[in-house]
Amino acid sequence: MTVGVLALQGDFREHAAVLAALGAEVELVRRPEELARVSGLVIPGGESSVMDKLSRAFGLAEPLRDAVHAGLPVYGTCAGLIMLADTVLDGIAGQQSIGGLDISVRRNAFGSQAESFETELDVPVLGAPPVHAVFIRAPVVEVVGPRATALARLADGRCVAVQQGNLLGTSFHPEITGEHRFHEHFLRMVSDAKFRGAAS
Amino acid sequence: MTETTSAEQFGSSRVKRGLAEMLKGGVIMDVVTAEQARIAEDAGAVAVMALERVPADIRSQGGVARMSDPDLIDSIIAEVSIPVMAKARIGHFVEAQVLEALKVDYIDESEVLSPADYVNHIDKWNFQTPFVCGATNLGEALRRITEGAAMIRSKGEAGTGDVSEATKHIRTIRGEIARLSALSKDELYVAAKELQAPYELVAEIAATGKLPVVLFVAGGVSTPADAAMMMQLGADGVFVGSGIFKSGNPQARANAIVKAVTFYDDPSVVAAVSRGLGEAMVGINVSDLAAPHRLSERGW
Repeated sequence: MTVGVLALQGDFREHAAVLAALGAEVELVRRPEELARVSGLVIPGGESSVMDKLSRAFGLAEPLRDAVHAGLPVYGTCAGLIMLADTVLDGIAGQQSIGGLDISVRRNAFGSQAESFETELDVPVLGAPPVHAVFIRAPVVEVVGPRATALARLADGRCVAVQQGNLLGTSFHPEITGEHRFHEHFLRMVSDAKFRGAAS
Repeated sequence: MTETTSAEQFGSSRVKRGLAEMLKGGVIMDVVTAEQARIAEDAGAVAVMALERVPADIRSQGGVARMSDPDLIDSIIAEVSIPVMAKARIGHFVEAQVLEALKVDYIDESEVLSPADYVNHIDKWNFQTPFVCGATNLGEALRRITEGAAMIRSKGEAGTGDVSEATKHIRTIRGEIARLSALSKDELYVAAKELQAPYELVAEIAATGKLPVVLFVAGGVSTPADAAMMMQLGADGVFVGSGIFKSGNPQARANAIVKAVTFYDDPSVVAAVSRGLGEAMVGINVSDLAAPHRLSERGW
């Protein structure tokens, strides 16, 4: 079972390291033919406007959209969550997303880096203990549509983790804190989905 | 669903270093106006560095180079949604306080500006805003990290368009890290002494084989091939200063350098994006610069 990590920009090596530590075969994905080989994909943290631009410039956006529609399991963190949102608020002019999650996400919802923080977050689907979550110029899920399910909320009620079928998204970065449970959860999703890429 | 009640922690090392992690594989571009910041964001910059004069102009115009006007920084913050960095003079902790008050996302304690203190760097632990600092070698990088820097950039020689110093500095830092990894424990004590850095930090780097913070390259990068070369030499990303907005077609060049950084190991992509970019910035050979004019020798 090969799991891809979108490697256009951002902290893709940290995701690759967590997935490898959990026993997955990892492929860094920058081209359509690499995407076609994977049974699941992680879209890392980084700058969503840059990932959007590069994914379109190198012909990856459409195949990725098709794969999501066909059931490819995808986990997006921060910028990756923005890429998976059907609606992006406060994007740069012309910014597009891959979509798939029935949510509206606001980019940089907390403000500048001065508002970046870490906190303990209860995530019932993962059980105890709470997740140590790092929010870096993070997005927030402002509207959770009827097809998506909120997995975690901040104390003020704002949604910061969602799942909808084979798609998983978090505003924060488990990949930089040694927290493996989201990736384990995602690998179970990948295993259950048995998605076969175009190449297989 | 249970709600989270625990306290939020701002300005921790993890939060500061974490932003730099998210910039990896990206290009940070110097801009001197809001309009340039817009061009940079549209071209795919992961962040912009707001300043009044690019290094090439600081070099040619001379005089004391200082922190930018807060109005200029505000106008750039208002224009773009990607992170905005700004420069403070080496040791000028009040310029850094001002930049923190302006809510810039990263402060660059930079040798490109005129130093304000020839003995001390800023105590960067006193700030919630993260700092990036320049380094020409591992010892310098470790001293900056010890002072609280959350990101390191090799210095290169800013404002020249000559990439040779950038090459030297990234090779030096990477080479020194590799050498540490081969040392035994008793030799690491001497290495720490020679690097003028804390033993614990030196031992950590020997064990992990990398800096505990992100390492970008800066200073003299002006073509897609320059940027790709820095990535192949082990940079996590690149700063491009004068190289974009001092060139014939900034928009095209900015676009091309962004793509070259992502596909740094694919010469066919680097070749494709290198076509039709117009004039590169007019360069100065570093070897023609008298020592007092070498910015990389500022900071210690």
